[in-house]
Amino acid sequence: MERVPVLKIGDILLVSIQIDMEDQVALQLQEDLADRIVATGCHGVIIDISALDIVDSFVGRTLATIASISRVLDAETVVVGMRPAVAITLVELGLSLPGIRTALNVELGMEMLRRPPGDDLAFADDDPAAVP
Amino acid sequence: MTANDGGRIPVASDQDVVRVRQLVRTVAVAVKLSLVDQTKVVTAASELARNTLVYGGGGTVEVSRADNGRRAGVRIVFTDQGPGIADIDLAFTDGYTSGGGLGLGLSGARRLVDEFDIDTAVGQGTTITVTKWCR
Repeated sequence: MERVPVLKIGDILLVSIQIDMEDQVALQLQEDLADRIVATGCHGVIIDISALDIVDSFVGRTLATIASISRVLDAETVVVGMRPAVAITLVELGLSLPGIRTALNVELGMEMLRRPPGDDLAFADDDPAAVP
Repeated sequence: MTANDGGRIPVASDQDVVRVRQLVRTVAVAVKLSLVDQTKVVTAASELARNTLVYGGGGTVEVSRADNGRRAGVRIVFTDQGPGIADIDLAFTDGYTSGGGLGLGLSGARRLVDEFDIDTAVGQGTTITVTKWCR
């Protein structure tokens, strides 16, 4: 069985899913990440799904479960790189991934993890063009 | 017949569900579905192939090109000899599951395709036929 590698960069664990995962591979990733969060004490997890051409309900649920598990282990998860067609399909499928923080790419995901949770709108307040 | 024309895949494991996704994608590209429609039909196929495996106890998936004279499309038939579905209305309710899933597979897959037919009887198995047409 293939395995998705988990890389440690500073205080962040980075996972880039590059294969069409069998269900078992997704479940293995869930376990590997929980183990690595505890072993490293990292406070952030970034999951890059830019190479995935579909996210079905199983993978969607796995991402949500990973986010919940990491929260319990004192780490925040950000899912990054979702393709537009995948986003359209997910919403039509009925999965809106509540509880999952998302960013457009790895760089923005890392930036998000540096800010405290709930502070996602910090930049909007500074925008002079913003309509009140 | 090349993969572009479809084929028949026995579904007995997780890997077979991946094979179904790949074959559906190949045919969807060959008939020139748009990227969003390719994504929708591959996602629907993934949900339904997993149902065939998990709830139907395995079965077969047949992928083919469809043509109604005006438009081309992809047609997929999922067949299992499993327990069948006793209450179809309930099975199509968002959030209902008889297993451990999210209950979005059947209802969600139906929203992602253009045509959806289900033939099921308790103790006789289930056959689901879906079609996605080019716009």
